[in-house]
Amino acid sequence: MLLGATFIVYMAVAFAADPLAALRTSTSPTRVQQMERITDLLSLDLPPVVRYFKWLGGAAGYLWGNGTLGMSVVNSQAVSAILGAAVPTTVKLVALSVLMAIVLGVVVGIATALRQYSAFDYLTTFVTFLFYSLPVFWVAVLLKEFGAIKFNDFLADPHIGLPTILAAACCVALIGTLVTGGRWRIRAFVGGIAFAATMAVLLYIDQTGWLLRPGLGIIGIAITGTCFAVAMVAISPGLGNRRGLGAGLTAVALGLAVYFPVQFALVRPTWLTIALLALTAVAAGIAIGWGWGGDDRRSGIRTGIVVALGMGALTFVDRVMQAWPAYVASPRVGGRPIGTIGAVTPSLGGNFWFATTDVVTHLVLPTTALVLISFASYTRYTRSSMLEVMNADYIRTARAKGLTERVVVVRHAFRNALIPLATVIPIDVAAVFGGAVLTERIFSWRGMGTMFLEALRAGDPGTVMGYFLVTAMLAIGANILADLVYAWLDPRIRVTS
Amino acid sequence: MSLLPGDSTPTSLDSGKSENAIELKATEGLSQGQIVRRRFVRHRAAMAALGVLLFIVVMAVTSIGWGPLPGWWKWDYTSTHPVALPGGRPTLDIGFWHLSFGDHPFGQDILGHDMFAMTMRGVQQSLTVMVLIGLIAALVGIVIGALAGFFPGKVDTVAMRFTDMFIAVPALVIGAVLGKWVNGASAVTLGVALGLVQWMSMGRLVRAEFLTLREREFVDAARVAGASSSRIIVKHILPNAIGVVIVNTTLLMSLAILLETSLSYLGFGIVYPDISLGNLISEYQTSFAERPWLFWWPGVFIVAIALAVNFVGDGLRDAFDPRQRRIPSARAMARAARRTLAAGSPGTRRLAGLRPKGEKDGAQPEATQ
Repeated sequence: MLLGATFIVYMAVAFAADPLAALRTSTSPTRVQQMERITDLLSLDLPPVVRYFKWLGGAAGYLWGNGTLGMSVVNSQAVSAILGAAVPTTVKLVALSVLMAIVLGVVVGIATALRQYSAFDYLTTFVTFLFYSLPVFWVAVLLKEFGAIKFNDFLADPHIGLPTILAAACCVALIGTLVTGGRWRIRAFVGGIAFAATMAVLLYIDQTGWLLRPGLGIIGIAITGTCFAVAMVAISPGLGNRRGLGAGLTAVALGLAVYFPVQFALVRPTWLTIALLALTAVAAGIAIGWGWGGDDRRSGIRTGIVVALGMGALTFVDRVMQAWPAYVASPRVGGRPIGTIGAVTPSLGGNFWFATTDVVTHLVLPTTALVLISFASYTRYTRSSMLEVMNADYIRTARAKGLTERVVVVRHAFRNALIPLATVIPIDVAAVFGGAVLTERIFSWRGMGTMFLEALRAGDPGTVMGYFLVTAMLAIGANILADLVYAWLDPRIRVTS
Repeated sequence: MSLLPGDSTPTSLDSGKSENAIELKATEGLSQGQIVRRRFVRHRAAMAALGVLLFIVVMAVTSIGWGPLPGWWKWDYTSTHPVALPGGRPTLDIGFWHLSFGDHPFGQDILGHDMFAMTMRGVQQSLTVMVLIGLIAALVGIVIGALAGFFPGKVDTVAMRFTDMFIAVPALVIGAVLGKWVNGASAVTLGVALGLVQWMSMGRLVRAEFLTLREREFVDAARVAGASSSRIIVKHILPNAIGVVIVNTTLLMSLAILLETSLSYLGFGIVYPDISLGNLISEYQTSFAERPWLFWWPGVFIVAIALAVNFVGDGLRDAFDPRQRRIPSARAMARAARRTLAAGSPGTRRLAGLRPKGEKDGAQPEATQ
């Protein structure tokens, strides 16, 4: 099947584009020699079918270890070298956005499924359909205009203004009210809290010039960390579980206690240091969960790990934020931090935190564009699969035997709703990986998509085939993975050999 | 949603839920097609979307004319005109109490082209491609899916491998081939070519549908009665799979318009001097700072069309799928119960008296947690 597809694509490329087109019209004195060189390089004197089999022979060489994908015409490099440079760029671009899209999509999908036919459900349906209908190239240009140019202008003099703050707070309060559902008194209460919290945060940001020198500080970490721990405990073992809550709060306390010592370790870190610290956090989380013990030790350990990692992430974000003022002021950035072009600022220099900030500022816009578009389909998937599950008989049974709504939703419904989703995700990831062509092009990332596009324009069969092999193999791998995951999650299905 | 003879009589209310009663009352004595049509018409979002879509189609076709037919708009999309407002700003003026279009409601580009005429031309082209992709992909998908699903074994295997092969081929390559072949594709050739490589999802869905329908009794009955395979496929199974086909065709179309505009944006679809919504955006994105209207209008139309088609598809899915029916609100059910009470036999009175409290739990279990 793959062979047939490679044959079609090779023929198509050989037919569609002429690698000599640029030279035919050029007036360069070495024109003939250059044409001969390219003809020689690509064996253009042979018919395409023969060339295809030549290429196939080279690619098949990988099976016994000495394969070649041929040379690229555009920049006279081996195709495998170009691929080696392009793949990491695309992975960097796609990985984060896929992760965010899945998490957001699942959360919103479950929320809408639990509030079926409410105003919140209708609103989300409309918004997801809207995102689903957005052409990515159009959104990307808008993001560049409003997310980068206007936002950078705004950062030069960051004053939010009272009307905007009020409007934002009202929006957050409205969403909070809609999500809560249930009795109006509870809804109003939640809305009020959301309003007050948003007002407070935005006023603080506005008054203290937080955007100029951001940072969470130990107090900010304490507040966010505690909220995070409580939320996690509320979802997983339930707030009624004293030991679970204890484990979460202990992890927060420990994170705060090591905040200052860790700063020394973070002065000149490498990614290895960060990984080691993350491992330490996991170990600490396990220890905390173990220490609180009880008859449900595993859930305590799980909470401990999640909260400890969350605290680690907060500390990391805080440290990145500390590098922000220096980054913005650095001459290569020149006060316009949000990047629109490329994956990094060229020749930026600086330490680890500079580089990290730089990566983040360049990732913001393309990631937003990708998330906006793929998040919509995950929301729809999750919603429909969750609705299907919530109507199942075993959910009725679970309710009937007196389990709390939290246990019914988290333990019984959510896990089963994930099964169909788990089969969709690998295939979708493979598609996004090959399909980020537009996003890469607009934000000038030199990844797989750009490589493919340029090669297609220039009629460079080797590079196009390299791209195609990678995406096709990813797609096949994703399909196999999806089948295996399905069989693993759903015991009714068995892979028979 | 079967219409068993007993279902339409009031006595059956005793056995069913009252939400079913409403549903059954609404569908009494109707054919499947009529039921679907009714459900669709009641789907407010889908109807609104259909209205928007029709409005866009009619406006695009009549304003600048279609082929040799003249339209009512005074400019065409190729000629240039003296700039009406400085910079070619749009003359469209929407105030609180007034609305005036002026000479160039969507503005003009730097050469003085009328943006309204160009956008309408783009909408025509993009819609043509969209409809062609949808129809052709649906047709090919139905044929291959039906063959694969109806004849197990060799035919199925070959057809599915064939499908897998096409899934892997990127649409961009097809666009590039076309561009070379016909020296810049027209809307019709592009639509046909893309339709020929976008049928795979439809083929798989139709196959799955056929795999289940093939085992049903009515197929056995037809076969015993001596019907040929082709007759069973066309007359017996296909009409039962029509819901899947129609719903998936609309969804295909919403993806198709995004695909076409993306290709044209990259320069592999409809290319200059012809116009599509995608290449308008590609052409004018650099002038976003000075002439944002050149960029806004084509994008707005893409989003509007894709959104409308998506909503229509959603409405169709709800209409065709009995499982996804809208559960009436507690109030509507209470009203229906009162009505049956007023009409009422003793049986229904008991039912109506009992219902409202229980219904709340049944209709919105999530809201009362």
